[in-house]
Parts: sequence; C-alpha cells; structure tokens
Amino acid sequence: MAEQRVYTLAVLVDNEAGVLSQVSRLFSRKGYNIESLAVGPTHRNDESRITIEVISDDDQIILLANQLRKLLTVHSVNILDNEKSLRRELVMIKVMAPDSEIRNEIIQIANIFRGQIVDVSVGALTIALIGDENKIKGLEKILSEFEIIELVRTGYVALERGLDTIYNDTKEKGEFNYGKNVL
Amino acid sequence: MQLTGAQIVLECLREQEVDTIFGYPGGTILNIYDALYEYRDCFTHILTSHEQGASHAADGYARSTGKVGVCFATSGPGSTNLITGIATAYMDSSPVVFITCNVSEGLIGKDSFQEVDITGITMPITKCNYMVRDVHKLADIIREAFAVARSGRPGPVLIDIVKNVTAEKAEYTPVPRSEHYASGRIARLLQKSLYKFDMPRVDNNDIDILIKMISESKKPLLICGGGVVRSRSQAEFMMFAEKIDAPVAVTVMGGGGFCGRNPLTTGMIGMHGSQASNMACDGCDLLIAFGCRFSDRVALDPASFAKQAKIVQIDIDRAEINKNVKTDHHIVGDVRQVLNMLNVRLGRYNHQEWKDYVFSYPTETEYDDLDDKLTPKQILATIARVMPQDTIVATDVGQHQMWAIQHFHFDYAGQLLTSGGFGTMGFGLGAAIGAQVGNPDKTVIHITGDGSFRMNCNELATEEHYDLPIITFVFNNSTLGMVRQWQNLIYNKHYSQTTLDRGPDFVKLAEAYGLMGRSVCNVEELEAAINDAMASKKGCVIDCRIETDEMVRPMVGGGSHITDFIIS
Repeated sequence: MAEQRVYTLAVLVDNEAGVLSQVSRLFSRKGYNIESLAVGPTHRNDESRITIEVISDDDQIILLANQLRKLLTVHSVNILDNEKSLRRELVMIKVMAPDSEIRNEIIQIANIFRGQIVDVSVGALTIALIGDENKIKGLEKILSEFEIIELVRTGYVALERGLDTIYNDTKEKGEFNYGKNVL
Repeated sequence: MQLTGAQIVLECLREQEVDTIFGYPGGTILNIYDALYEYRDCFTHILTSHEQGASHAADGYARSTGKVGVCFATSGPGSTNLITGIATAYMDSSPVVFITCNVSEGLIGKDSFQEVDITGITMPITKCNYMVRDVHKLADIIREAFAVARSGRPGPVLIDIVKNVTAEKAEYTPVPRSEHYASGRIARLLQKSLYKFDMPRVDNNDIDILIKMISESKKPLLICGGGVVRSRSQAEFMMFAEKIDAPVAVTVMGGGGFCGRNPLTTGMIGMHGSQASNMACDGCDLLIAFGCRFSDRVALDPASFAKQAKIVQIDIDRAEINKNVKTDHHIVGDVRQVLNMLNVRLGRYNHQEWKDYVFSYPTETEYDDLDDKLTPKQILATIARVMPQDTIVATDVGQHQMWAIQHFHFDYAGQLLTSGGFGTMGFGLGAAIGAQVGNPDKTVIHITGDGSFRMNCNELATEEHYDLPIITFVFNNSTLGMVRQWQNLIYNKHYSQTTLDRGPDFVKLAEAYGLMGRSVCNVEELEAAINDAMASKKGCVIDCRIETDEMVRPMVGGGSHITDFIIS
C-alpha cells in the first residue's frame, strides 16, 4: 500500500442545489472519511469553491480527482501542493471565565496567538482565531487548562501561492472538457 | 405560445426529433399522458408490462439506432422500477433520457403517496439528473438533458418533474436543435469550459507520438472496445486495422465494432476470450485500445496485463485513462475523430510473422456434437445460416451471452445488444423490443437462458401486442449455467441454488401470450422452427435443449493472468 497522508483538494463547482452532495458522495463511495470541508461562493457569478481534505495516497487521490472532474457541475479540481499553498481555518472557542483574573489571563493568551475576543459575557469569553493546524492546536492546548465549553472550526480553505490559480488552463483540463463538451 | 408543462415536454421531444417513447403511466405523470393523447400523431408510445422492460427497451432502441432513447415512468415505484435499466445504460454508456414525474410541490418531502427521491437515488447511475420545480425552466432543462445524454461519452440522464409543473403554463418558443447551443443552459455549460472551446479537437502531438510508436512496433495488437460501437466508427477502425496489419481483439461491448468475418479478428478477449486474443495480449509489444476501459473482465489482473507491451489508451472520457491499467500513452478524443487523424498519417505495414504466431491459436472454441441435445455452437451456427446476416442480436446475461458473442460474427455497430458492464439478467427481451421498434425492417432475435428469460418474460405481452416478430432462443440447460460453471470449477461442485428444475413450460408460456412456441433438441427441429417462425412473421419462443454441464470455454479465473486458462 502506498503512503497515506492528508491531501487538500480545491474543487470549483456550479453554485447549485445538489452539487455538494454529488461531490461528497464520491468520497463516501470510495470509503474516504472527509477530514475537513469548507464551501463558499467565489468572486465569480454562480460559482462555488469547495476545499476538501482527505487521507489518501498518491495514486488514489488522482483517481478521485478524475472522478470529480468528470461531473458536469464541476469546473475544475486542483490537488494542492502543501508546500506551495496557503491553508487557513477559523476556530471559535468559548471558555469559562468565572472571575476577572481568569478573564485577563485568557485575554493575554489570545493576544499572544493573535486571536480576537469576539464575545465577552458574564462568566464566559469567546475567542476567534485564524490559522493553520499548529496554531489552532497550540491555542486549544493552552486553553484546555481552563474550561472550554464549546469549540467550532470552519474547515480549511486553501489557495495556491503566487500567480497560479485554479483557473489556469492545462492540457489535462482540456482533455476533461473534451468529454463534457457537446459534440 | 402559452403551453402547459406537459405540452412543453412533448414539444421538446419533437425538437429532438423523438418519435418513439417507451413507458408506463401512473398518477403523477397523468398530465403528460393526457397531453400525449393530444399529440398521438407525433409519437409512437410503447406500453410495456413493467417499467424495467420499458427502460431496457429505450436502451435497446438507443443502442441499435444510435439515437437517444426516451422512457417515461411515474413517481415512486414507477421510477424505482427503472433503476436497473438506468444502471445498465450507465455502465454501457447508452444515451437514454428518462422522464419521471414526482408528487406536487406541496407534497414533496412529506412521504406522500408514491413519493421517492429519485434524483437522489439515481445520482450515481446517471450522467446528470434534474429535478424540475419551475415550469419556466422546463424546456431549457430538457434541451440540456438531451445534449448531455448524447454528447461526449453518452449515458443516461433523468429528469424528474413535479406534478404541478406539468399542469402549469409557461411561454414556449420552439428552438430547432441546431440552435440549442446558442442559448440557455447549454450555452452556459459551454462557456464554463475554461479550455478554449470551439469544436473539441484531438491533440496533434498525441497523434504523432502514436504514429511513431506504431512505426517502432513489430507486434501490435488492437482492442476494439465499446467506444468504437458508440461512435459508429467501424469503417474507420477497419481501415486502421488493415493499414497497420494488426490482429484485433474485441471486447464484449466492442462486438460489432470490427467485422467478425475479417481475417484480422482474434475474437473476444478477457475472461472468456479466445486463446488467440489472450495469447496475443500476452505477446504483443504495442497494445492500442480504442474506447475500452480495461474492465476486470478484460484486464483480469491489471498489474500483469500486457506488461511486456507499451499500452496506448484512446478514450473520450479522460477519467478512464489510467483508471484500471497504467498506460504508456493516451489520446483523449472521439474514436472516429482520432481514427480519421491516424488514418491520414499512417503508412502501410506488414506483420505477417506476428499474425502467423497469433493465429496459430484458435479464435473460436470447438464443441463435440451430441446425439440427443443441441450444442451452443450448433444453435448459433444454425441461426447464422438460416437467418439474415444483418440480424440484430439482443442477449441476456450468462453462458448464452458469452457463447453468442464468441460464435456470432457481428458485422456492424449496433448489431449486438448486450449488458456488458452491469451484467443485467433480463435485459434482452426489453432490448430486443426496443431494437425491433427502432428497426422495423430488420430481423431481431433474443438469445437468452432459462434463468434470464424467467426474469422478464412478462414483456412477451408487449411483443405480442405490438406485433413484433422477435424470435427468442432459450438456451435451456435447466440451471443457472454460468453460476453452475463457477460452482463446478471453483466451488467443489456444490450446486447451491442453481438448479432450475421447475416450470414454466416455455412453449405453453409463449402460447399463453399468443405467440408461437417450439421445443427443439436437434438441428433439423431448430431449423424447421426458425423457418416456421420467420414465415409466420410473429413473435416466437424456441426452447433449445442443451447439456446441463456444458461450459463456456476457454475461461480464465477472475484476477488471474490473462493466459492462465482454467479450462481451454
């Protein structure tokens, strides 16, 4: 068996009902558990971008990407190179802060991590933090000394560094479109 | 003009030049059937016994005519009865548009009577499916559905229309098919292609690479796959094969793509492939596969499959490249377009020595004649001798299917209708009905086994009602022959639940449906029965008695190397 690791897929799709289930179905069919999933519209009309992280190997991820590319509602799929791309996630953590001493301590920690205090209530604080795996895990670990009462993560979004984009034309992309085009 | 949704559906079918519909009415699709009454001069509607029969008939119609098949069904069980037919069409890339209706908008999601999420269910077995909840989008969606079904790698598409949409009115403007690309959803679909789009083109450089590979090859082998059949490029393919003078192995789906009488054909390849095909695959230095996905019935062991050779895959579907077998070169394109480009640039070659080697192995298996029973080869040889050469052959699935493909010499694309990918027992009779409706001037036969025939023989009622002179040949061995063959060879002769020592009497069954029935045990009886059936111009069932333990030979076990024959 080839080496297993986390792969990040960027999938450009029609912003239409049912597309997300079409895309995610392919992962469950192949027995993949989606590690992380984030969806949102892009700067273009009628278009959404899905960022998916799965654990796979070099051969299987290509077959999976190819099955995705075949879907009519999918415009483009990139397997992002971790070295050459930016991965970010937003996490919100609600922590118990029964007194001002603890509250101040938590605020200081949040500042060190460049997190934001987005809500302060009697007895609890909510911190929002943008970052990659290490940063989020780091904050979570330190805050675990206090009492975390709720935590939510958006799932990773990722972009290629530099001028390369998911809109770049490649020969392979042309080959996929050949089969989709109306002859 | 203002039309109801139901009328728009039928107008859109006219835009597509559809004249034949297979289907079955029901509660939610009543509006469309009501409109069909009004449009009865424009369409021939074939009412089958069961929605599954309708789905196979639409598929058989599409495969044999090259047009898009159309099938109607109602919501709930009507639509779920189509599923086997949709999956069959999907696996064999057959263009069929399925139109189902669902419960009205207000009842959706309430587990209403005969409600089912058919678009959800059919997502993995359609190229694309649509749920129409707005009458104003209906025409545009139908136009896109037809374009998707027939374009690229063809396949089934399902349109589910909620009942109220079929009753609501909208403005409808007829658009001729040639202008569909210019507006609406299809135009948007085309614009989305990021790659430069006018007419999709095959990469010239890829062609040059293949030409060079051919010039360096001493032992080339071609595989004729289903893509040759779907693109109807048998003439171009034959020219190519003759120019490079290479043996041609044919897959189950490729049957008819290369003339079975051509001296270059080595017959079927794969699990039940001929010795010539499989040995050639193991000995070639260049293997060029046209419209073939190297399924597990062809490339039994993908790792060792033609490992000594350079493998070139030509397919319209990029996702098939390297999916099952790793290739050395590929060309993405319509097989016909690729062949035309290749033929222009290709010189003539002579590979006599290589052909001598390949054809030193048999391309067909011989069977010993029996006294009291027919052999599969006798039945097939008699049919070939007595019936017209261009007879369309629909098969079911099992031993009879393999025998038919091994021993019939198919001449043209669309002559063989068989469920190669999905292996659907019960496909044949529906497919034969669709083929006969689509090809009224041709003779259509249905080759089946006693197991397969029992599954959907209810469609004999359809055959009788519409006066379709289909002859069904039942290869009757009183067993599920193919499963028994595996039990015989691999499962210690434990014939678990495969013995079919039961009725019905197929002769009486045929007669009950108002058709002719005959039971035959030798060539003379068979020939007389065929002649009587052809003279009567009516449907007929001929029950052919064959040996229970007759096997499909040769056979290579699943997952084994292609020349490791369990039996030869």
